Amino acid sequence: MKGNNAYLLAAYALTWIIHITYLATIVSRYSQLKREIDSLRKNK
Amino acid sequence: MKRLFPILGVVTAALLVYALYMALIGAPTEQTMGNVQRIFYYHVPSAWTAFVLFFVNFGASLVYLVKRKAAADMVALVSAEVGVVFCTVVLVTGPIWARPVWGIWWTWDMRLTSTLVLWLIYVSYLFLRRFSSSGETPTLAAALAVLGALCVPFVYFSIWFFRTQHPQPVMGGGGSIDPRMLHVLLINWLAFSCFAFLVCWSRYRLEKLQREVDQAHALESLMAPRGSVR
Amino acid sequence: MSAPAGITRVTLLKDLRLEWRSKDASNSMLFFSLLVVVVFSFSFDPSADESRQIAGGLIWVAFLFAAVVALNQTWAREIRNQVLDAYRVSPAPANSLFLAKAVGNFIFVSVLEALMTPLFIAFYRLRSIGPAWQLLVVAVLGTWALVVNGTFFAAMSLRTRSREIMLPLLLFPISLPAILAMVQATTAILNGEGARFWMTLLVTYDLVFTTVCLLLFETVLHAE
Repeated sequence: MKGNNAYLLAAYALTWIIHITYLATIVSRYSQLKREIDSLRKNK
Repeated sequence: MKRLFPILGVVTAALLVYALYMALIGAPTEQTMGNVQRIFYYHVPSAWTAFVLFFVNFGASLVYLVKRKAAADMVALVSAEVGVVFCTVVLVTGPIWARPVWGIWWTWDMRLTSTLVLWLIYVSYLFLRRFSSSGETPTLAAALAVLGALCVPFVYFSIWFFRTQHPQPVMGGGGSIDPRMLHVLLINWLAFSCFAFLVCWSRYRLEKLQREVDQAHALESLMAPRGSVR
Repeated sequence: MSAPAGITRVTLLKDLRLEWRSKDASNSMLFFSLLVVVVFSFSFDPSADESRQIAGGLIWVAFLFAAVVALNQTWAREIRNQVLDAYRVSPAPANSLFLAKAVGNFIFVSVLEALMTPLFIAFYRLRSIGPAWQLLVVAVLGTWALVVNGTFFAAMSLRTRSREIMLPLLLFPISLPAILAMVQATTAILNGEGARFWMTLLVTYDLVFTTVCLLLFETVLHAE
């Protein structure tokens, strides 16, 4: 039974790794685009 | 509107923590499977959330086909992407649950198999969005989304019948569920639904910004004086 | 004959004539089909009893390969001659074009299947326990399911990057329930069991997807 707890932990951990990875890509792309649009506005 | 986002963020985080506590400690331990059964509280709500998101994608695609509003197209894109993320969680937690309980990594269980096909359909949708030329992407994607959504009942019926002919271990138990477990399941579903909403909202804002930037670039290249390229 | 049906017939005949004249494409397709059967036979070498269990799956996977290659071919010619732009400008209803293309593809793929089947029967020493005419019905229904969606997705993929991989990428997931049905029906009939559920599923699938593809084709053709 003890070994099974490792599976439980793995399942929960992987769930959050997947979600956090996706969120991280959103956040990083967002800040990248924000910089881009700021520089575009400056150049106007 | 902008202030709503952090408020919702805090509420969602609180819900998720509470739901996690209930899943790990609050819920009673299952008799035959032990603690591993608790994966159920993440596996099933993720599946339900994914289905809801794909349904939203269907609705948004229909709206786009009729009304041609960019917002509908963005909702379709966002719901498909986030739906695929949740679907991936289902496909990852499923085998992790199956392995200690049945000794095999995969069972042609109804939920798992249907989720796999759904995942494939919506990943192909995302590929179409990426590979098609930008002018026609919203329309083509919407058409594919309609076909994909119509396929879903067929997926369920065919796999259901296949499984009755070739019985396999059923994940999540076929029979009735302990009311305390149902309670924890629903709490987790609520928490993940709020989380999914926030993720979709963030992705929507990103998409909106992306399109603004693209438009700005397009405008710039139009306005650039002849003979000079920035 | 009403105008749309007339347009369908004319387009279909034109396609068939072109296919017949451009023997290169057809010949290479035929040879490809033969190769697929041989490769499968080398890879899966069952006894006569076992073969009835897996032949259904093998044959349909082979047909699927042949169908994808055939479908990719048929639109390629249109692109080269910019025929598609002419269709979009013409007042002819898009449905007629779609139907003509789908039926043309169906005939083409059926010819390939008709050539592959005797080879499979010979290599696998297949003998059907159930009635053979039922197998023919499954073949027709299954092929139509693949072809109607395939023609639609081929049209969708026309202006995408990596056009040739897009077709199977889009076609396979959505066809999975139909593929399950055709394989299970074929296996059931070969083993003398009932295939009523699977046939019903296939008929329903064909009706639903043919209707929706016809309804959406105009939109897809004019997507810009």
